[in-house]
Amino acid sequence: MSLPLHAETSERIWYYTFRGICTLIFLFLIVPILIIIPLSFNAQPYFTFTPEMLSFDPAGYSTRWYDDFFSSATWQAAVRNSLIIAVFSTIISTFLGTLAALGLSRPDFPYKTAVMGILISPMVVPLIISAAGMFFFYSDFLWLGQMTDGAFKISLSNTHLGVILAHAALATPFVVITVTATLVGFDHSLTRAAASLGASPTRTFFKITVPLITPGVISGALFAFITSFDEVVVVLFVGSVKQRTIPWAMFSGIREEISPTILAVATILITFSVILLFTLEVLRRRNERLRGLSPE
Amino acid sequence: MNPAPSNIDVLTTADGVSLKVGLQRSLRKRKRTALLLVAPLFLFILLTFLGPIFDMLLRSVDNKVTQDTLPTTVQLLSEWDDTTGELPDEAIFKAFVIDGKNIGKAINRLGKRLNYERSGMSSLFRKTARTLRKLDPESTGMSYKEAVLGIDKKWHDVDVWRLLKRESGAKTASYYYAAFDAKRDASGLHFKPENQQIYLKLFARTMWLASLITALTVLLGYPIAFLLATLKTRTSNLLMILVLLPFWTSLLVRTSAWIALLQKEGVINDFLVGLNIISDENRLSMIHNQTGTIIAMTHILLPFMILPLFSVMKTIPPSYMRAARSMGATPFTAFRRVYFPNTVAGIGAGGILVFILSIGFYITPALVGGTDGTMISNFIAYHISSSLNWGLAAALGTMLLMLVLALYILYDKVVGIDNMKFG
Repeated sequence: MSLPLHAETSERIWYYTFRGICTLIFLFLIVPILIIIPLSFNAQPYFTFTPEMLSFDPAGYSTRWYDDFFSSATWQAAVRNSLIIAVFSTIISTFLGTLAALGLSRPDFPYKTAVMGILISPMVVPLIISAAGMFFFYSDFLWLGQMTDGAFKISLSNTHLGVILAHAALATPFVVITVTATLVGFDHSLTRAAASLGASPTRTFFKITVPLITPGVISGALFAFITSFDEVVVVLFVGSVKQRTIPWAMFSGIREEISPTILAVATILITFSVILLFTLEVLRRRNERLRGLSPE
Repeated sequence: MNPAPSNIDVLTTADGVSLKVGLQRSLRKRKRTALLLVAPLFLFILLTFLGPIFDMLLRSVDNKVTQDTLPTTVQLLSEWDDTTGELPDEAIFKAFVIDGKNIGKAINRLGKRLNYERSGMSSLFRKTARTLRKLDPESTGMSYKEAVLGIDKKWHDVDVWRLLKRESGAKTASYYYAAFDAKRDASGLHFKPENQQIYLKLFARTMWLASLITALTVLLGYPIAFLLATLKTRTSNLLMILVLLPFWTSLLVRTSAWIALLQKEGVINDFLVGLNIISDENRLSMIHNQTGTIIAMTHILLPFMILPLFSVMKTIPPSYMRAARSMGATPFTAFRRVYFPNTVAGIGAGGILVFILSIGFYITPALVGGTDGTMISNFIAYHISSSLNWGLAAALGTMLLMLVLALYILYDKVVGIDNMKFG
């Protein structure tokens, strides 16, 4: 949308007003995120700019909140928990989700819409409801253990396993949707061609299907990872302090004692989001190239 | 039409099976493979997700506690005529004492349950549990009835026994009554007066906040999506980063950003005071109230509006607008009559999506909402972890779930679930 040379004055005014409005909205979107970065280098324990910071006095800045983050046992345990939970739930959800997407995108799959609806339901149901359901369900397992004198003792409440399974369930829809989207343009005659040339189904799968769906699977896995890594409601309900993740630590940090360490953590997380965004964009372009679509 | 020639040999595959049978067999095999691929995830979701949801639905009507605590009493009470206004007879009191002695301290669970229906029940049952342990009417020559009535004068009240009888079924709707701010007593269902209503107001507030946030995201998202869809691809890809970066940033990061900006000693207030626009005493309170919830949630949900709008606008050929202009329409008329109607589907898709997401929000309202900016989710969490009224939490959760499912079906009609994608 560019301004034509013969534009009238009113059109010019509207054009610049519109640009101005859009700039303001873009600022609304991005400034809150960017403002965290300088604030996290505050030398004082405040959530705002000190006069020293505004006058660019080096004494107003420090990395003490980062030191605090790296030296605090609580935060380091949170990082460990977040990584363990996210990695395992990503493995489970990527494996199950990719298999299901392969099955769903076969042309002769029966009741496709209904099955798809059920498989992506964890994404649609509000987190608080999933969290409440899982909390009740897991506490029923405890009760089952008591009733049977420990014969059926499956304890999922307050364990890493319980949180991993819950997160895997929440993350699979993202894998199913991303991999299915990759398979939409999938040319089934390619696998038939391989078969007609004598390749076994296994060989066809690894030589033809896998290379084509890999970008989709990786972006699905990234979605799954970030779903688990960011998730806080479910872990708050089905986990205990032993499963405290980074978002949980931030949540209780904001509620109890507001310290700029939270802003340092936030800055580190923003850096991760930028890397993630970049990776996904690279994968998207690769996927389009592989499928013969131009990136433009 | 000629009948099919019957003398022609049936086509066969290499193994001599008729082609029709062979094809059917291979189709069936392919269908089976497809089902086998989907089965593991299907079972996984059934166990780890649908199971818990179903558990919540059951729990919202579950009332086994009365039968579990006082099995014989409940059985006898079902035959007691509660319309006469007379207390139950000796047999029921005897059953009550025996049941109570058997169950011991666990009777307090029933007291807690009945306390939701009538206040004072919890303390009555605690007191009764303490006394029942030592109670031995037969040795003192008292009747069971006299013994129980002697524990507390509340047992003289026929309404207490009516309550026990009414709540003796294995299922109850009373959590739903409570979720609608109603209560059922001996004379029927009563709604609370308007100034005492909690949940109806909460549902209304949740819907109102969600609608307002949806409207704000349309208002802010439309110009951005329009700009992105009409700019050159290279520029719009760059500007898209400004939309996608917030989208990918952790919810808690964005919420803490708004706390840093909006709080009394925060960046915006400091800035306004620094410029002498407001005085130091009159700092604006923009957080821990509804304003905080609205601002932070609008920011968090804005990308969910921009992305579907953008993908719809991207499909509108620029020649439409040029055609309208060439036929004499002013830019505004061309936009209103040609461009806008084409984007309504996008507004619908983004709008329902944002609305669904916002009625289920928990974290952001909990951190920046104060008391008047909290939503239904915050009360569900409160009843699970603080008040421990799990039945009511389950009933509120079920109602929220039904609302979301209805909206989801609407979304499916407007957009189609199959068309959902990201990035």
